[in-house]
Amino acid sequence: MYTQALNTAEADDRSLEDAAQAATFQARIDAEVRIEPNDWMPAAYRKTLTRQISQHAHSEIVGMLPEGNWITRAPTLRRKAALLAKVQDECGHGLYLYAAAETLGSSREELVDAMLAGKAKYSSIFNYPTLTWADIGTIGWLVDGAAIMNQIPLCRCSYGPYARAMIRVCKEESFHQRQGYEIMLTLCRGSDEQKAMAQDALNRWWWPVLMMFGPPDATSQHSDTSTRWKIKRFSNDELRQKFVDATVPQAQYLGLTIPDPGMTQDADGHWCYSGINWTEFKQVLAGNGPCNRDRMAARRKAHAEGAWVREAAAAYAAKRVQRQTAQAAE
Amino acid sequence: MPVANIQVSETPLVLYALRRADDALILGHRLSEWCGHAPMLEEDMALSNIALDLIGQARELYTYAAKAEGKDNDEDKLAYLRDIRQYRDLLLVEQPNGDFAQTLVRQFFYSAFADLYWRAMMTSRDTTLAAIAAKSEKESAYHLRHASEWIIRLGDGTDESHARAQAAIDHLWAFTGEMFAVDDGERALIHAGIAIDPGTLRGRWLTTLSDVVGEATLVLPQNDWMQQGGRVGRHSEHLGHLLSELQSMQRTFPGQTW
Repeated sequence: MYTQALNTAEADDRSLEDAAQAATFQARIDAEVRIEPNDWMPAAYRKTLTRQISQHAHSEIVGMLPEGNWITRAPTLRRKAALLAKVQDECGHGLYLYAAAETLGSSREELVDAMLAGKAKYSSIFNYPTLTWADIGTIGWLVDGAAIMNQIPLCRCSYGPYARAMIRVCKEESFHQRQGYEIMLTLCRGSDEQKAMAQDALNRWWWPVLMMFGPPDATSQHSDTSTRWKIKRFSNDELRQKFVDATVPQAQYLGLTIPDPGMTQDADGHWCYSGINWTEFKQVLAGNGPCNRDRMAARRKAHAEGAWVREAAAAYAAKRVQRQTAQAAE
Repeated sequence: MPVANIQVSETPLVLYALRRADDALILGHRLSEWCGHAPMLEEDMALSNIALDLIGQARELYTYAAKAEGKDNDEDKLAYLRDIRQYRDLLLVEQPNGDFAQTLVRQFFYSAFADLYWRAMMTSRDTTLAAIAAKSEKESAYHLRHASEWIIRLGDGTDESHARAQAAIDHLWAFTGEMFAVDDGERALIHAGIAIDPGTLRGRWLTTLSDVVGEATLVLPQNDWMQQGGRVGRHSEHLGHLLSELQSMQRTFPGQTW
């Protein structure tokens, strides 16, 4: 679903193995030539990307939980099928992204273990609960909408496997976003009860969604290197502003009120939002969001309870190889 | 305000379509419960995929049941506004997921049957049912392959997986007989060439099971006592909980468009 600007890569230029190789590498990036898995790359570039891609993958997988919470309760069969297909797409995104991360030399198992151990992050947004059906519409509309803002530029990321994965992911995300908006539209054209449900969901999700773009530029110290490496092409605040400008008219069309009474429009037409509660953001990242514990517990439970299945598959595969070898020897 | 159950005029054709629709919906719902919680991401994908196929089959069959009934029911009313005594699914499909072995054995028993059943139904004189059968058969063939591969992996994997797979087979076996039973109404449809007699499939179904279970180093139970009742609304206690979750939105917010 989405990657968050959480990277705090220690861009340690002192560790560059070879100044000449580094210069060639940067020249390729400047010329918009994609970096591929077998190409030389600085250790810090590898580390930054491994962290970013795996965080993105973890976010897709943990992101299955809040929406999965409504698969068994979707209000119609059409909605049920669409939601199930959507959550399945997210799982697929997680798989592509783990595969992209693996091209940098870390295995899926290592990356997943780091997440389950609480050492790797996933997007803060999935630590909020889905309480009503309108939350499913709101997540599609706003969370996927924010994800698209973040991910479209990643389709031009300097690292080839990540950029290519993003192209496919973005296509599916924009479908999800339209689907979410359509759920909201249905609610907003429905009964008073349904409209209230839609407004309540927007009230709860608006600020956490703005936090998805990461800390403000003034406090984000490490964007420079990511920008130089063309991993990141827009700053957190630039993306956040683009998102707000795109979303306000959509909310107006729905007849919903953005829960920011101080919001104004400037002379250039940009919507200026009020201060974001960064203390809340830091608390959620520190593990104190409403659902952090539940999300981690659910992933750990699935992993632990699935261990015997994975062991059985491995044992059977090994037996097959053994039998084939024995047959070949006869 | 409680929402009244709809009334359905269960003519033999309506009942026929409802039974198959209920099988597909309930099994699809059960599989969807795994989404986000499976032993590996590939199985989150696969089980969701199978669930989507089954929910798709259910939608077509409900729509056809509503059309055959000719009142103002539709797929959602049939799915969301009938209570446990009006549901007509097999006891097998409503059994809880249990562990991964129980889910896959349930799927294996059902898909081995559904694959044969829908293939035979492609010759139905009812063109809608024949078309639904043609689509469902392709899907069931894949479901059967997926389940068979897992039965073999689990049976011939580790001691633990073998024990779990055998326990699941022993537990679910008594729910398989119901798949082959036919009542008078359905007998009439069989005579008319609209339905096929599932009893004629039992031999081939057993052959499929024996082949896979044998390769998996597992055994089929000798016990031939079979539990029945789902087709006439005498269900296990599990179904009521499933329905209260499935139907919660439609029961809480009656008559709204979603």
